[in-house]
Order: sequence, then structure tokens, then C-alpha cells
Amino acid sequence: MNLEALASCLSTSACAVTQVSTALIIGMLLFMVASGLSLIFGVLGVINFAHGAFYMVGAYFAYAAYQATESFAVAFLAGALGVGLIGILFERFIMSRVYGKDVLMQLLVCYAAILIFDDLVKIIAGPEYKMMGMPEAFALPPLEFGGGFVPAYYVFMILASLAIGIGLWLAIEKTRLGKIVRALAINPPMVSALGINTTMLYAGVFGVGSLLAGIAGALAAPTRTLTPGMGLSILIESFIVTVIGGMGSIVGALIAALLIGFTRAFGAIGFPLFVDGLMFAMMALVLILKPSGLLGREPAR
Amino acid sequence: MAEPLLKIAGADVFYGASQILFGVDFSVEKGQTMALLGRNGAGKSTTFKMIAGLAPPSRGEVRLAGETVSGKPPYRIARAGIGYVPEDRQVFPEHTVDDNLIVGAKKGPRGDAHWTTERIYEVFPILAGMKTRLAGRLSGGEQQMLTIARTLMGNPDVILLDEPSEGLAPIIVQAIADLIRRLRDMGVTIILAEQNMHFCLGIATHATVVDKGQIVYRATIEELRHNEEIKSRYLAV
Repeated sequence: MNLEALASCLSTSACAVTQVSTALIIGMLLFMVASGLSLIFGVLGVINFAHGAFYMVGAYFAYAAYQATESFAVAFLAGALGVGLIGILFERFIMSRVYGKDVLMQLLVCYAAILIFDDLVKIIAGPEYKMMGMPEAFALPPLEFGGGFVPAYYVFMILASLAIGIGLWLAIEKTRLGKIVRALAINPPMVSALGINTTMLYAGVFGVGSLLAGIAGALAAPTRTLTPGMGLSILIESFIVTVIGGMGSIVGALIAALLIGFTRAFGAIGFPLFVDGLMFAMMALVLILKPSGLLGREPAR
Repeated sequence: MAEPLLKIAGADVFYGASQILFGVDFSVEKGQTMALLGRNGAGKSTTFKMIAGLAPPSRGEVRLAGETVSGKPPYRIARAGIGYVPEDRQVFPEHTVDDNLIVGAKKGPRGDAHWTTERIYEVFPILAGMKTRLAGRLSGGEQQMLTIARTLMGNPDVILLDEPSEGLAPIIVQAIADLIRRLRDMGVTIILAEQNMHFCLGIATHATVVDKGQIVYRATIEELRHNEEIKSRYLAV
């Protein structure tokens, strides 16, 4: 425990600003991954344990596209759309076969997918660590906020994830398609009897959820070292986020992801040995006090 | 003579190993209001599920305007022009009234869209006063009206109403009856599954009676009104 260091960081604006920006990028990346996981669970009722692998594939796609074109825009689109497409194919050919089956069956299928994706990355990209480096477009001087400096790319990352999160929320709450997707989560046979192709819709929702993991991977690529297996830790943290925020709630995922981001960023200074412990303790507390999560719906009577 | 709008020919339906429908055969002409009468468990709901594609027939077929629709997935049958209103008022409880209608909105089989939310609110003034209320908060009768309205939003050629009066207070049943009569007078083709024959007498133009999964009687509603034998054998409580 080093609460003095924490207090002194909070009282110097340079340190506080740096840690807040760190908290925000951890939180927003986690939000992207967890909201995809939560969307898929909320509508399809399956837990995509391969979601972390999709994040990794998004990062590698972005890395490869950046190596080939030196354009961050192309890298971003490659990560996002490439993983979205993989998600659709994964749902159609693999996941749809285990709907309604034992959850262990889903776990097994996804675990197999994780191993295959990790090995494919090792075979194609090599087992060694990769660094994408800061894209050309963001080689700018850091921005100053109240005496602290934040790299321009971090600011972009935070604003981009926030914009995507708001877009996702608006799409689900306000558009006709979003209303149909929410109805699908509640009563699929009725939605189908109203003339809506639910099979296609399931694939589309799985694709959008995967796309979010791909976006997170692409956004993270310039700031992280890429390794096969990098999806595992973010998958576990996404589960903590969805449990705390409530499965199926986008706003809940945002709040919980930021909570984890701040715990990580400031915990690293104040109580570095108990960061993971505190995250799990918060999850346990939520499970005891409100099992459906902060903003999760209470189970139907 | 041209083929009727909806024709069910020799349809068998099984749930697992047990047969529920046995060679069900009847047809509905455009503009008719057909009462599908029978006791509880006679096979009315299964007949509707079969037509809507939720319980496909293992033998026989369902034809809509001369085209076979049985065997297609439910959403294709709905798009072909069959609107199904299930018996237990399956509104989307966490959607508003307006959003329930929006989920049901689609063009009819010939690209027509004469049912819009504005038109629905004219025909269902009760719903117009509660557009932003959550459907789960409505009374049973209001939910029943909403499910009918939601299906109309899909501009179907035929609507299947499964026991719309079930479990509702007499005064609400009267309001539902008035509504169905209005739809009938607008030329909407309706099949109305009911145990309650008296509910149908003032509404339907024709009657089909089902018993133990078989069609046992087909006539106009006036003929049924005077056929004491059929009434006491198949419909008396």
C-alpha cells in the first residue's frame, strides 16, 4: 500500500491528468469490448467467450493493414470490418449450431476458436511481440490539460470510443432496427411472425458485437504490444465489466468500464498489489447486493 | 371459379409423436370473417400456428392467393400476407405503444402501405392516448387492441385472431367486438378463433367448427345460428 504516493499524485495536476487519461483509455477500450459482449448476450442469449480473441484479431488486422498502407484510417477499417465479417461467419457456421444447447457446449466451441485464432496469429504473424508504433497522422505534440500532457492519439481514442458508444446507444434506442433488435431479445417467435428474418438479424447483431471488439483492437494497436493470447486479459476484464454494469446494458457497461479504468490507473500508484483484487472484490460486492448488475434488468418474474 | 384467398388442404400437424390436426380442410374468401369455433383443445390455436408457419404441416398444404406458403419460414409467410395475432397478447412489454407498432410495420405483399401509425390511431382512439406508455403497463384489453393494431401495421391480406375475448371483462369484450366489426366493414379478411360462439354470432359471416383436430362443420354464421344439433354437440359448454 502506498496511499501517500496516491495522495501526492492526486494533488499534482500533471500526475493527476496523466492518470485520468490512462484511466479513460483503459476504460473506453474495455467499454468497446464489453458492450459488444453485452449486446450479443442480451439479444442472442449466448456468451461469446471468443470475444477477446476477436479483439486480438482486430489489433493484428490493423497492424498488418498499417504495415501495408501506412494509413491509420485503413488500419482502423481493416480491424473493425475484418472482425465484423469474421463475427458473422463465426455466428452462421459455428455459434448458431449451439444455440439452446448447454452453456458448456458454447464454452467449448468458443474455447476451441480462441486456440485456433491464437495459433493462426502465431503461424501468420509469428510468436514474437509486435509494435505498431504511433501512426504518422498522430505525430503531434501532446495536448495540455491543466498542467498535464496527454498524447494526441489518446485524446482521439477517448473521443472516438465515446462517439461510437453514443452512436450504438442511439441506434439501439431510437432507430426502427434498434427497436426490432430489442424486441428480438424478448420474444423471437413473435418478431418472426411479424415478418422479420430473425436468422439474418441474429447474424447481424453478432457481427456488430464482433465489430466493436475489432474496433477496440484497432484502436489499441498503436498503444499496446501485440502478442498472440493478448485477448485473454481483456476478456476477463470485460466479464467483470458486464457483471458490474449489468448484462445487456450499454450505459451500465460504460459506467463499469470507467470504474475499472480508474481503479487500474490510480490503483497502480496507490495499491499496485491489490488492483486485480479490488476489481474482483467490486464484482463480488455487486453480485451480492444487486445480482443483475448496476443497470441490468431484474430477471422476469 | 378463382381460388379462394386462403385455402387449407388436408393438413396434418404433429407435436412430437402425437397428432394434433387430422386432414384440416377449409378455405376463406376475400372479405369474409370466418369464425373458427371449437372447444378448448379442439385444435384452433394449432390451426393458426400451422397457417403462420410456427407448426408446419407434415402433410397437406396452406395456399394464399393460389401460392403454397406452408413449409416457408414464419417471416416469409407473414410477408406473403398472413398476419397472426397469438392468443396470449404477446406485446413487447418494455417497448412503448408507438414502438410496438413500429416493430410491426412493413409493406403488404403488393408493396402497399395503407396502414400507418396515423391510421391506426384513428381506428384505435384508445391507443392514441397512450402512445408513449410502456405496453407492459396496459390493461389486458388495451394489450389485445395493441397486438391487433401491431399486426395490421404489417398490411396483411388475412389476419388470424386467436381468442381475442379470452380473459377480458364483458365491457372490454364488447369494445373488441366493435373493433373487429369495424375491421370487417373495412373489408379486412379475418379468421377468428373462439370458444365463445355468442361473441362470434354478431361478428362473423361464416363459421367452421373444429373438434378433436378435425373439421366437422362448415356453413354461414346464420346456418350455424339455427343448427341446434351442431351447437349442442360441439359448442355447448
